[in-house]
Amino acid sequence: MKVGVVIFPGSNCDHDALEWSSQLLELPTEAIWYQDRDLRGVDLVILPGGFSYGDYLRCGAMAARAPIMDEVVRHARTGGLVIGICNGFQVLCEVGLLPGALLRNQSLTFLCQDVYLRVETENSPWTCAMRRGDLLRVPIAHGDGNYFTDSETLARLNGEGRVAFRYASPSGELDPAWNVNGSLQAIAGILSEKKNVLGMMPHPERASEEAVGGTDGLGIFRSALKALEVSHV
Amino acid sequence: MSDPQVNAELARKHGLSDDEWALAQEILGRVPTYPELGIFSVMWSEHCSYKSSRVHLKRFPTKGPQVLQGPGENAGVVDIGDGWAVCFKMESHNHPSYIEPYQGAATGVGGILRDVFTMGARPIANLNALHFGRPDHPKTAHLVKGVVAGIGDYGNCIGVPTVGGQVVFHPSYDGNILVNAFTLGLLRADKIFRGYASGVGNPVLYVGSKTGRDGIHGATMASAEFSEATEEKRPTVQVGDPFTEKLLLEACLELMAEDVIVGIQDMGAAGLTSSSFEMAGRAGSGILMDLDKVPMREKGMTPYEVLLSESQERMLIVAQKGKEDRVKAIFTKWGLDAAEIGVVTDTGRAQILWHGEKVVDMPVGPVSDQAPVYNRPVEEPEGFAKRKEQPLPSVPKVDPGRALLKLVGHPDLCSRRWVYTQYDQSVRTNTVLGPGGDAALIRIKGTTKAVAMTTDVNPRYCKLDPFEGGRLAVAEAARNLACVGAKPLAITDCLNFGNPERPRVMWEFSRSVDGISEACRALDTPVVSGNVSFYNETNGEGIHPTPTIGMVGLLEDVAHRKSPWFRDEGDSIVLLGTSRGHLGGSEYLWVLHGLEAGCPPPLDLRIERSLIGLLRLLGREGLAKSAHDCSDGGLLVAVAECCLGPRRTMGACLDLDPAGLESEALLFGEDASRAVVTCAPGREKAIRDAAAEAGIRSKVVGKVGGERLKITLDGEPCVDLAVAEIRDAWENGLRDVIK
Repeated sequence: MKVGVVIFPGSNCDHDALEWSSQLLELPTEAIWYQDRDLRGVDLVILPGGFSYGDYLRCGAMAARAPIMDEVVRHARTGGLVIGICNGFQVLCEVGLLPGALLRNQSLTFLCQDVYLRVETENSPWTCAMRRGDLLRVPIAHGDGNYFTDSETLARLNGEGRVAFRYASPSGELDPAWNVNGSLQAIAGILSEKKNVLGMMPHPERASEEAVGGTDGLGIFRSALKALEVSHV
Repeated sequence: MSDPQVNAELARKHGLSDDEWALAQEILGRVPTYPELGIFSVMWSEHCSYKSSRVHLKRFPTKGPQVLQGPGENAGVVDIGDGWAVCFKMESHNHPSYIEPYQGAATGVGGILRDVFTMGARPIANLNALHFGRPDHPKTAHLVKGVVAGIGDYGNCIGVPTVGGQVVFHPSYDGNILVNAFTLGLLRADKIFRGYASGVGNPVLYVGSKTGRDGIHGATMASAEFSEATEEKRPTVQVGDPFTEKLLLEACLELMAEDVIVGIQDMGAAGLTSSSFEMAGRAGSGILMDLDKVPMREKGMTPYEVLLSESQERMLIVAQKGKEDRVKAIFTKWGLDAAEIGVVTDTGRAQILWHGEKVVDMPVGPVSDQAPVYNRPVEEPEGFAKRKEQPLPSVPKVDPGRALLKLVGHPDLCSRRWVYTQYDQSVRTNTVLGPGGDAALIRIKGTTKAVAMTTDVNPRYCKLDPFEGGRLAVAEAARNLACVGAKPLAITDCLNFGNPERPRVMWEFSRSVDGISEACRALDTPVVSGNVSFYNETNGEGIHPTPTIGMVGLLEDVAHRKSPWFRDEGDSIVLLGTSRGHLGGSEYLWVLHGLEAGCPPPLDLRIERSLIGLLRLLGREGLAKSAHDCSDGGLLVAVAECCLGPRRTMGACLDLDPAGLESEALLFGEDASRAVVTCAPGREKAIRDAAAEAGIRSKVVGKVGGERLKITLDGEPCVDLAVAEIRDAWENGLRDVIK
């Protein structure tokens, strides 16, 4: 089990993702430069948060065209695990691995705060160690996290169990007041058709230690580990 | 285009006095060239030369066993043990932020970040102290929104968490807001980089963004008063590019990990001019530069413009000879320019070529560190000495519950959530305590340690008595650090004042410096870096004296941290310190009665020192469960803040002994050196014993619990409010400001 963290110019959660994987989960972890054309045999790819290319043009648009992304797409198309966190989610949408787009927050301001995520499916490699309805407290930190897609795609996401997380109230209810960025149907994270690719705006890597932000984010990585173990047996 | 004729009149337009103009000619032995005049103008500006403040700043204590680098470098460095050190500084970006709040504030953050990473430190936390005009001033909303967005967008993009600071509103800032940005970085204690241009023959490299025409004479602008015409100076405000700064940061840190750099300095105020002169000045060397080689953003720039441009995200590096290619390789990897533009010489002169012609030939020393120094006249305001004896004006009675709601709902004291949710507070996963507490706490990975930091100043105290205001700012900062459990280590300061040519302003400045110095000596927190911002005036109206203190402390074991908020039902509330009901200069008089009157509370620094030791002990020994400084708004506001936890609300019941004090004085007096702590039932005696040992008065005043905040005075009901009502007022205090 080997993890790769892609570093784009302007990534700023790359160190957090590297530490999350290498120190908290004690997995062999590689930093992968955006100009490389080789994923070096990793089993799981993390596209970290940050401001790749300064968010210029459109969040994630330029990173989606970086040389390494051809390999990330190939890895995903062959069933490899990929998670895009925050800016990484935006990159996944821009490169076409996930449908939809992340619009400006409804408040029109950047928002950094803890949110509550309701787990919407346990039937995916990224959520299989959790239970549907579980509530996770995880921080967000973004200006453009307002998920949007067309109604047809939305119906498919719902119908195929591809909505991974929704923003919820502390008691797990869907409530516009707790849908902090105004996302369509409070969607915080979605899965690809084969469910091996997860994109999410909140930062699970920032909620993986008691002293800083709690440990609710660990379930996502534990799910991926569980899924990989099963597939390797 | 030929250069304009250089003469006395042009020198005056460049902000040089007639004496300075004469001195400039004497130093050169001739009339300066146009680029040379530009250099004199910026290097001798108040902003760069500290010519009015230098004689006073000498009085600061700057030494201590913890100090690895004191004032005089890009930022100060303090030892935190185990081979680690922290580097920090605070700097003002007041004038640009008033003219163009978004870019002004953004580039203020960019500048202070560079000051820190040029020392070899990775920035791990930002703070900011913001002072705006009165909440209902027509410009305030625009300025607040612009400044907050500018600070947020820059820090968020570069990936440094913004974890605390202060926001103050007062009419004295109506025409001149203050934006003070603080950055703290982490580095190995034996890997400090400094701004030295040494080693004859070593190459001088320019790295980072290309040079454009932006920000020319920014430093000179910051050295004059504002008037209606200042709005026309918008082009002197720089434009920030945090993405490029992120690349510059990573490239610099990567280069610093190799043995390549001799000296490095940010091109901040006065750009290429100040960085080259200061680096050569520190090393006692000379420098020869060919301006044609500077990467330029636009065609047709003159040498004058290239030298004075304040384009952002640029650094000057002196590398070891023969290692130029390593510099270029690393910067190319990060997509940045790296150009060899000159060489270190032994001439003691700055010689600058343009199209092969020498356009600047000046001795470095006299220009860089022998700038004119002024011991400007000081004058105590009339009646100042007598004011201390005058009684406070009598004010009408206000129901204490109503007064509390008004205070916690006032823009000065209410929740800053609208502000800090726009800042990424948790990137880098080190934020143990973020905004909203007494101090921020950032853990150091791989150790048990955490670094605590805060900014503090009460401008009203400083206006009423700048000496006491300076002492109190340092004391409160130290108390804040002690509340989270940290030992105060050192300070940086950002001294914001009016026009130094006015003797009363200079008196305020001098007295503040004395007050800060005295408190820093008593609390062992030397000054390791800082910044002076004069001329904070508009149309002759000066701001309240505002010496912002940024203090840094160390918590050896992050498990011993304390936050201000009540934890468990049934816990006992203990008040540490002595309440004398001092209302002079209080938030209560200002918010409820519109008065800025009396004197700031008296401060005994020996007692403050003991209280700080006591608070740290209570944290270390696990005796206290929470700790909160009791300052702005007094005891009742402090207790209310303890009820308003970030995730839940807790009520409390307190019974106080008025001991002859009026209820307002008891509840809203701002006596210094006090804190509210809680403990599990049964631990009260241990706390009181520890307090007695430290010589600090203590009293068990109540219990945590319920959903109401109830205060009785000797058993008589005084305040009884639902905490939800207090929270509602507190959370909505900024609503009208930012609508």
